[in-house]
Amino acid sequence: MSTPYTKLPGWADYGLIPIINLIVAFIVAGLVVLLVGENPLHAAAVLVDGAFGSGQNIAYTLFYATNFIFTGLAVAVAFHCGLFNIGGEGQAYIGGLGVALVCLALDGFMPWWLIFPLAILGSAALGALWALIPAYLQAKRGSHIVITTIMFNFIAASVMVYLLVDVLKPAGSMAPQTRDFLPSAQLPKMGWLLEMFGLSVRSAPLNISFLLALVMAFLVWVLIWRTKLGYEIRTMGFSPKAARYAGISETRIIIITMMISGALAGMMALNPIMGDQHRVQLDFVTGAGFVGIAVALMGRSHPAGIVPAAILFGVLYQGGAELAFEMPAISRDMIVIIQGLVILFAGALEHMFRPAIQTLFASISPRSVGVTAAKGEGV
Amino acid sequence: MAEAAIELIGINKSFGAVRANRDINLEIAPGTIHGIIGENGAGKSTLMSILYGFYQADSGEIRVGGKPITIKTPNDAIAVGIGMVHQHFMLVENFTVLENVILGAESEALLKKSIVKARSELQRLEREYGLEVDPDAVIEELPVGLQQRVEILKALYRGAEILILDEPTGVLTPPEADHLFRILKQLKEQGKTIVLITHKLREIMAITDTVSVMRQGTMVATRETAKTTVGELAELMVGRRVLLRVEKGEAKPGAIKLSVKNLTVRDSRGVTMVNDVSFDIRGGEIVGIAGVAGNGQSELIEAISGIRRAVSGSVMLDGKPIDVIGIADPGELRDRGLAHVPEDRHHVGLVLAFEENENSILGYHDDPKYLNGPLLNIDAIRNDARDKIEKYDIRPGDCRLKTANFSGGNQQKIVLAREMEQDPGVLIVGQPTRGVDVGAIEFIHKRLIAMRDQGKAVLLVSVELDEIRSLSDRILVMFDGRVVGERGSDATEGELGLLMAGVERKEAAE
Amino acid sequence: MDVLVQLIDATIRVSVPLLLACLAGLYSERAGIFDIGLEGKMLAGAFAGASAAAVTGSAWVGLGAAILTAVCFALVHGFASITHRGNQIVSGVAINFIAAGSTIILGQAWFKQGGRTPSLSGGGRFEAITLPGAEAVKDVPILGTIYSDILSGHSLLVYVAFLMVPFTWWVLFRTRFGLRLRAVGENPAAVDTAGISVAWLRYRAVICTGILTGIAGAYLSVAQNAGFVKDMTAGKGFIALAALIFAKWKPVPAMFACLLFGFLEAASIRFQGMAWPMIGKVPVQLMQALPYILTVILLAGFIGKAIPPRAGGVPYVKER
Repeated sequence: MSTPYTKLPGWADYGLIPIINLIVAFIVAGLVVLLVGENPLHAAAVLVDGAFGSGQNIAYTLFYATNFIFTGLAVAVAFHCGLFNIGGEGQAYIGGLGVALVCLALDGFMPWWLIFPLAILGSAALGALWALIPAYLQAKRGSHIVITTIMFNFIAASVMVYLLVDVLKPAGSMAPQTRDFLPSAQLPKMGWLLEMFGLSVRSAPLNISFLLALVMAFLVWVLIWRTKLGYEIRTMGFSPKAARYAGISETRIIIITMMISGALAGMMALNPIMGDQHRVQLDFVTGAGFVGIAVALMGRSHPAGIVPAAILFGVLYQGGAELAFEMPAISRDMIVIIQGLVILFAGALEHMFRPAIQTLFASISPRSVGVTAAKGEGV
Repeated sequence: MAEAAIELIGINKSFGAVRANRDINLEIAPGTIHGIIGENGAGKSTLMSILYGFYQADSGEIRVGGKPITIKTPNDAIAVGIGMVHQHFMLVENFTVLENVILGAESEALLKKSIVKARSELQRLEREYGLEVDPDAVIEELPVGLQQRVEILKALYRGAEILILDEPTGVLTPPEADHLFRILKQLKEQGKTIVLITHKLREIMAITDTVSVMRQGTMVATRETAKTTVGELAELMVGRRVLLRVEKGEAKPGAIKLSVKNLTVRDSRGVTMVNDVSFDIRGGEIVGIAGVAGNGQSELIEAISGIRRAVSGSVMLDGKPIDVIGIADPGELRDRGLAHVPEDRHHVGLVLAFEENENSILGYHDDPKYLNGPLLNIDAIRNDARDKIEKYDIRPGDCRLKTANFSGGNQQKIVLAREMEQDPGVLIVGQPTRGVDVGAIEFIHKRLIAMRDQGKAVLLVSVELDEIRSLSDRILVMFDGRVVGERGSDATEGELGLLMAGVERKEAAE
Repeated sequence: MDVLVQLIDATIRVSVPLLLACLAGLYSERAGIFDIGLEGKMLAGAFAGASAAAVTGSAWVGLGAAILTAVCFALVHGFASITHRGNQIVSGVAINFIAAGSTIILGQAWFKQGGRTPSLSGGGRFEAITLPGAEAVKDVPILGTIYSDILSGHSLLVYVAFLMVPFTWWVLFRTRFGLRLRAVGENPAAVDTAGISVAWLRYRAVICTGILTGIAGAYLSVAQNAGFVKDMTAGKGFIALAALIFAKWKPVPAMFACLLFGFLEAASIRFQGMAWPMIGKVPVQLMQALPYILTVILLAGFIGKAIPPRAGGVPYVKER
C-alpha cells in the first residue's frame, strides 16, 4: 500500500507530514471557533495558558494525558494487526469495574502498593474480556470488528448503568456510584515531580498511573518491534496471507492482539478511579477511548509518537476546560471536533499533502528523494 | 499504401524514476495483425494503455487513420474505434453478459432500450464472427475462454475497428488459444486491425503479419513475420541468445520424500479444484507440474504446504503423514523440512512493508536461533540476513531497506534464500521466475538444479512450459484439477500442450 | 389488540430513520465506499434541520438545510476516500466525531439551551397526515384499523422513507446510473475501461447517501421530535449499517431488517418496567441494550453469510 510513497526522507515522513496535517486540523478548528463568534488566536492563547499557566494546570494536563496514553496505545496495538478497535471507550468503562471490584474488596486490608498491582490486573482483565467477544466474532465469524466494538460501547454503558444503579450503589445513597474507597486504595499523587521544579500543583490529581502509562508505552514498543508476538502481529497487519503462509494463526493473533488492546484500554480506568475520584461514577471515561483513536493516528501507532500526541490532547482537554470559563460558547466538546479533525487529516487524508511535498523536495534536492533516502527507520 | 491505422510518434512515459516507454515509434497497417513482443516489463502494456487512454504519454503523438488525435480517456479511444481486451478481464463478475456489454455504452438513462438493442446486436455479431455466447449467462459462471469472448464482444459492440489484445492466451488452453486465433483471423478478413501483445514467440509466428519487438521500454525492431525467425526475435527480445536449456546432469533419484495420495481440494465456493491427485517425489529429482493457470496447481501446492485445507486424501512427508485435512501448520511443516516458495511473493511470500531482514525470517521466526526467549534476537537476524544477501547476491545489499524497494528478481531471491538456506528435504516452488529479469532467472534455475543435485526433492509449478521442460526430470500435467498425464523431461511441447488442453491420453498418444 | 396496533404504529415510526440511513448506506456501499459515518451525517442533518426550522419556522427549509448539511459531510467523506484514497473507516469515524462535537458547540453558541434547539411547533414541524377516508373506515374491523391507525397518521417523511424502497430498487436495477453504480462497487476497473469516470460515479453515490441521511436527520428532529437534542441519533447509524449487512445490500430486505430493529426498539420502550411471567422484571438497561445486542448477534452471521460488494472499502488505483 505504501509503496508509491516511500521516497521521502524519514524526518519528512514521520515529522513534517504529520505536523502539517495537524496544523491544517487546527486551522479548521479555528474556523469553527470563528463561527461561534470568538477569536481563535485569543482562544489558543487562553488554551495554552490553561494547560501550562501554573504547576496545577500542568499537572492536570499530564493527568488527562495519562488517560490518552493508555487508550492511544490500545488503538495502536490493534492497528498494527490491521484491526480498528473503536471499543476503547467501552473497554475502559468495563475496566473500571475491575478496578472497583479489587478496591472495594481489599481497601481495608492491604496497602496501596499491594492493591495497585491487583487493580492493574483487574482492569486489564476486564478490559481484555470486553474486547474478547468482538475479537472472537471477527476471527471466527468474520463480523466487522468496527461495528461490533461500537455496539459493545453501547452495551458497556448499559451494563455499567445497571451495575452502578442496582448493584454497586451503597444502600441509602442516591447517586449512581460506588462508595468511596478507603485511603489504602488511593494512588499516591505525583505532584513532587513538578514541585521539584518549584511549581505548585495544589490538589491536581496527577498520580503514579502516569508512570504506569509511560512504562506501558515502553512495553508496547518492546512488544511490537522486539518480540516474536509483535512480529506476528505486524505480519498479520500487513498481510494476512503472508501470516497464514508463515504458520501464524489468524484466530490466535486477532484474539491475543485485541485482548492486549482491551487490557490497555481497561488500565485507563486506574487513573481517574484510583488516582482521582476514588470511586466509580457514571461516564468516568468521558470520551477518552475515542480520543485514543486520534492519538494513535497522530502518533502513527508508535509509542514515541503516542506519548506526545496524548500530551497534546491533554493540553486541549485541560486548556479547553479553562477556555470554557473564559468563552462560554466553547465547551469541552470542542475537543470532540478537534479529535475528529485530527482523525480526518492525520488519518483519512494523511497523504493529501504528500505529492506536493514530494514535488517540493524533488525540486529543492533531487538526490534526497532517491532510494537511499528511503532507509529511514522502518517503523 | 493506405494510411496507417495507428501511428505512434516519439512516445515517452515515466512512472516516477522508471521510464516505461522511451521514444517509441510504431506504425500499424490497417487490416493486419500486428504483434508486439517483449519480456515482462518491456513496456508493451504501458504503450497500449497509452493508446487506450488509460494513461497519458508524457510526450509524443498518436495518429489514427492519419489524423493526429489526443486520447485522454478510454472514451476518446472508443470514439476513434479503438477497443481493448485486457489481460485481466474488465468484467463485472456477477453481472450478465448483456449487462457487461452495455456497461458504459447505454443509449439512455433507462436500461430497457439498451438491453433490447444489445440483444439484437449480439445476435448480429454472433452471425458475422461466430462469437457465440449466452447473453443472459452470469460472467462468473462462464469458462475463461467465453469470458474473453465477452471482452471482444464489448469492443465490437462499441464499434471498434482496431482491437488491442493484451496477453490474451495467458489464461487459455492451447485449443482455446487456437480458437481465439481463428476468430482474430476472421476479424482481420472483415477489415479490422488487430494488435496482439504477447511474450510468446509461438503466437507471433502463428498469427501475425508484422511484429515489433520491445526491450526495456524501447522499440528495438519491426519485422515482417514471414521474413524473420524465432531465433532472431528471441535475440532481439533479450538482447542476447536465450538460454533455452539449463545445463544439468543425470538425475539420481533416491528415496521417496513426499507422497501425495488421492488428494482432493475445494475452493471457498466449494468448487473442486484438485481432484483425486496422487504422485510421489523422490530425493534428487525435480518434478514439474505443467498446466494452464487455474487448473488446480496453486491449490495443490497450497494444500501440501498447509495453507489450504484439503477435503480428502493424504500426504506423507518422509513417510510420516501431514494433516492436510485438519489444520496442517505451515510452521510445523517447515520444522519437518518442507520449504515453500509461494507463487505470489508480493502478498504471500513477503511482507513488502517489512525490512529485508524481517522477511528473511518469515515463517522461521520460531527458530530459536532468531530468538531470545520471547524476544527477537535482532543481531542474529540481521547477521543472518547479511549472510544470505552475500550468498545470493541480493541487491541493494542493505538488510534494513524496505522490501518493496527491491526489484522483482531480488525479492524472489530473498524468498529463495530464506527457504533454501534452511536446508529443507523437500522444496515446493511456485512460479519461481514470474516477473523476474533474465539474469536472475538463470541464477534461480541453477540454484534449483543445485538443490536437486544435493538430493533434495523439488516440486516445481510453473505456467511457463519452457521452464518446466528445461528443469524437470519428470513432468506431471494438470487439467481441471486432475493429473492427466506424466512425461519424461524429453516430452515435446506439442504433446504437453495437448495434455494441458485436457485431450484424453489415448488421443494424445496418437 | 390495541397494544398490537400501538406497537406496530410505533415500530413504523422508529424504523424510519433506520430505513433512510440504511438505504443511504446502500447507495454508498454498493458503489464500493464503506460508510461508517452514517451516524454523523444523520446527526448533522438533524441539527441543521432543527436549527433552520427554528429560525425560519418552516419544516421544508429545515429539510433542505438537513439535506445540504449531510451532503456536505458526505462530500468530505468522498474527498477523503475517493479523491485521496484514504481509509474509508477512518474517514467515517472522523465525520462522526466532527458532527457530534460541532452540533453541540454550534447549538450552544446559537441557541444557548444546553445544546438543544428551540422547540418546534406548527409549520416548523412535519405534522401527521391523515390519509383520505381514514376517518370513514375507522370502524371497519381489521382492514379499517390497519388503514386508519397504522397506515394513516404519519408525517410525510414516513411515507417518503417507505417509498424510497421501491424507488431505490428501481434505480439500482432499471437505470443506467444503477447499473454503473453496482458495477463500480464490484469492479471499478471495468467501469474505468468502459470510459466512465469512477470518481464521479462514486461521488454521485456518496451524494445520494448524503441526501438520504439528511432526510433521516430531518425526520428525527423536525418530524418525530420537535427539535434537536444532543447525540439524538444514539447509534442508529451503526444499527442501520448492521441492517444493511443483514439485508445483503438489497433494498427490500433492508426494509424488513430495519422494521425488525424498529420493532425491537418499540417493544423495549412499550414493555419497559413490565413484569414478565416466569422471568419477572427485566432491567431497563437490558431492554435498552437489546438492539445493540441483536446487532452483534446478526453480525455474527448466525443467520446467513453476507458477501459485501467486492470492491468495497478499497480505493481505486489504476493498475500499472
